[in-house]
Amino acid sequence: MSNSHFVRTQMLPAQKPPVGETGVIKWMRENLFSSWFNAILTFIGLWAVYALVSSSAPWFLNGVWTASSVDECRAIIAASAGEGASGACWAMINERWHQFMFGFFDRDEYWRPLLAFALLFVALSPVLYFNLRRPTMIMVGGAGAVLVVLLWGVGTDGWHLFLAAAVMAALAALAWFAPKHLLWVTLAFPATAFFLLWGGSVWAPVGVMLGFGIAVLIWRALHGLIGVTPAAAVAALVAFVWWGFLQGLLTGALAQALPAFSLPAEDSDRFGGFLLSFVIGVSAISASLPIGILLALGRRSDMFLIKTLSVGFIEFVRGVPLITMLFTASLLLQYFLPPQTNFDLILRVIILVSLFASAYIAEVIRGGLAALPRGQQEAADSLGLDYWQAQRLIIMPQALKVAIPGIVSSFIGLFKDTTLVALVGLADPLQGITKVVKADIAWKAAYWEPFIFVGAIFFIFCFSMSRYSMYLEQKLKTDHR
Amino acid sequence: MAMVSDAPKGNFRLSMLVYDTRYRSITIQVIVLGLFIAFVAWLLMNLQANLAAKDKDISYSFLFNRAGYDIDQQLIPYTNDSTHGRALFVGLFNTLAVSIAACFAATLIGVTAGVLRLSKNWIVGRLMTVYIEVFRNVPLLLWILLAFSIFAQVMPEPKDFKVTQEMVDQGLEPPAQKIFFDSIAITNRGTNVPAPVLDRPLGSFSVLNVPINLSVLAAVAVIWGSFWVNGRIRASAKAIQEDTGFRPVTWWKSLLVLILPITALLFALGFHWDIPAFAVGESGVSKGFNFVGGISLAHSFTALFLALSIYHGTYIAEAVRAGILAISRGQTEAAYALGMRPNRTMNLIILPQALRVIVPPLISQYLNITKNSTLGMAISYLDLKGTLGGITLNQTGRELECMLLMMLIYLFLSLTISVGMNIFNNSVKLKER
Repeated sequence: MSNSHFVRTQMLPAQKPPVGETGVIKWMRENLFSSWFNAILTFIGLWAVYALVSSSAPWFLNGVWTASSVDECRAIIAASAGEGASGACWAMINERWHQFMFGFFDRDEYWRPLLAFALLFVALSPVLYFNLRRPTMIMVGGAGAVLVVLLWGVGTDGWHLFLAAAVMAALAALAWFAPKHLLWVTLAFPATAFFLLWGGSVWAPVGVMLGFGIAVLIWRALHGLIGVTPAAAVAALVAFVWWGFLQGLLTGALAQALPAFSLPAEDSDRFGGFLLSFVIGVSAISASLPIGILLALGRRSDMFLIKTLSVGFIEFVRGVPLITMLFTASLLLQYFLPPQTNFDLILRVIILVSLFASAYIAEVIRGGLAALPRGQQEAADSLGLDYWQAQRLIIMPQALKVAIPGIVSSFIGLFKDTTLVALVGLADPLQGITKVVKADIAWKAAYWEPFIFVGAIFFIFCFSMSRYSMYLEQKLKTDHR
Repeated sequence: MAMVSDAPKGNFRLSMLVYDTRYRSITIQVIVLGLFIAFVAWLLMNLQANLAAKDKDISYSFLFNRAGYDIDQQLIPYTNDSTHGRALFVGLFNTLAVSIAACFAATLIGVTAGVLRLSKNWIVGRLMTVYIEVFRNVPLLLWILLAFSIFAQVMPEPKDFKVTQEMVDQGLEPPAQKIFFDSIAITNRGTNVPAPVLDRPLGSFSVLNVPINLSVLAAVAVIWGSFWVNGRIRASAKAIQEDTGFRPVTWWKSLLVLILPITALLFALGFHWDIPAFAVGESGVSKGFNFVGGISLAHSFTALFLALSIYHGTYIAEAVRAGILAISRGQTEAAYALGMRPNRTMNLIILPQALRVIVPPLISQYLNITKNSTLGMAISYLDLKGTLGGITLNQTGRELECMLLMMLIYLFLSLTISVGMNIFNNSVKLKER
């Protein structure tokens, strides 16, 4: 019997996969040329990228950073890249960046807005990471380090640099040893920021904060005796009496006695650029959060009158464009206030923008409230919590968590919309400051540079905020799916 | 021992207004009502005092006075001899024109970009991501100003389109060319687009000084009729399909019904396009200083329209993407298991379900487009904000009346859009038991 059959006893070595199934080629076949339609799309996409890059790259690459006018820029570009070449004149930004950033703020006082900006992050840290040592420490320390670099960058004198660094170091130490107490920084932040930005005597903002302190003390003393709502009413009444009549006397006397505690005053009309955008955006969103929460609760209330008023306010504000609110601030508000009341346009704009934002925040928070199952409210009721306790301990913490992405996107929208204040004559970075800069004959012909510079800064802030809110959303997601 | 007891029926005490939950809500509402009335009264008293101090009154009679200013884009007849009230309506129609056009374009851009961002094609997906992130993270006002600057600074002057004697002699082309089959000329003064013209129009009549064009009415009626007949054809085809299982071929009937009547009507009316061009003298030399014929669109309209549709297109794209992603993968897999191709899966399975997620944010974007059209003010687009809230307000000095009326009109527009879109939303909503 011939042994004609053959049995292999060893495994063959594995063959290499076909060329089309590995590496770059496989990736390209799957991701770029999976069908004829996709191949066409790929070529259109490549062509678009090429067209964009080839038309804009020379302009960016030929950019000139140091020159004293657009004409000089053009001369330098013509000398280096040949006659007829076009290029950006970044020298304009180089010369005038401080106006885009700070408006007409006194150049020696730039440390004040910068310190206020760093303190904003310190004030935010306990809100985001309450009583967590490491993240608050990182946030405060990071803000301090960035602040020192920025202060050095804008050429602050040594004494104020040292002062700001010492303040931030003290706060960092506080964050390390008692992260809980950073909440006091948050509570004091509005007055601190007001003092830093507008200057003047320190006693006026202290007096205003004192009014809040008195109100809280009275409420704590009384709410056990006469109930939550009446105690709040009494506290509010006393605080208004304090602000209206007593505070002026006391702070006036203190300002006379201790004039050293003051900063050079800056008028509101010197605010401009991104400083103005941030002042309006941050104060409007922080003022609109409490109002928005109240409106959202009012809209869900069983009380007919409160519900009607809330719905009416929210729908009216959401139905009109922001510009009409801004023009109300600049033209109409004077009709509805007592005669001869005349206060700052910026303050009026902040009030109206806050009201505008609060309607949107109210809807975002209502979305968060609607996402909660009814059982949560019922559980709170069955535990015997009263309305405000239930809202504070059970409902709001969950609803706000759901609403965070919406709140952040409202803030992004509001921050972008601060460019509209140019239409009522304030110096926003996009139109107001650009007009001022281009009024100089040297920079008159710079069309695109301001757009690109301002747009890039807006993009950086808005994009990072939206990414951060996506990250938060992922992180706070506690439902297991 | 009584297990259930009624609420105590004691006498009513004043403290129950605060402590008893049955009465407390009434107490609170009465207090709030009092405060609200006091607040409104305070505002009105201030208003009265301020008006008296400025020697003004509240009167809308200025709406019937001569306006005395020109508006370059008018959808209803208007001259500077017309009244402020008519200027208001011209502005309102301009607001509506740019908003409606931008809503359509933004939907088109948004749906395309949203679907393409989910495409498996790597480069297209990335490009769309870049487009969406760049445009939505920069203020709308910047895009409006940028678009306007590009039109006003970069585009050629009308004289660059002219053919001169030397060009004819040497066989050269003028430095600037019209685009889109030689029909649209974009100059730094405006965009000249072809105008539809009828040689034998049906005439028009006017209601309240607003002319109504009979030819347009006829065309709308014919198109509506065609769609109605087409619907009948499809319905009967569906009925046959459900009876017999075979669907009769209807596409040629549909095509015929949809195209033939309107073509016949347009032919009967002598329809043709009036293409903007320079007057041409002997031997092909252009004459005059600007284009003749066609419609000249002001850059304020074009720039506002472009910026609104591109900016809000990104938001719509995100809404579309979120809607598609909200449909579970099982739906796609089930469709594939039934043997459907990717295209039909998208059209028949995914999109109808995604629509009910997409429509609510879409409504709010339409509202935002309408409200944001007020930003046209930055580039002097004379919409409602530009006429009533701008020039009329400045000329008459009646801030209070103009602002209040304008807010009410915008409020009315917003509420109309949201009511209309909510009706649409309810009709596409998934019907559950």
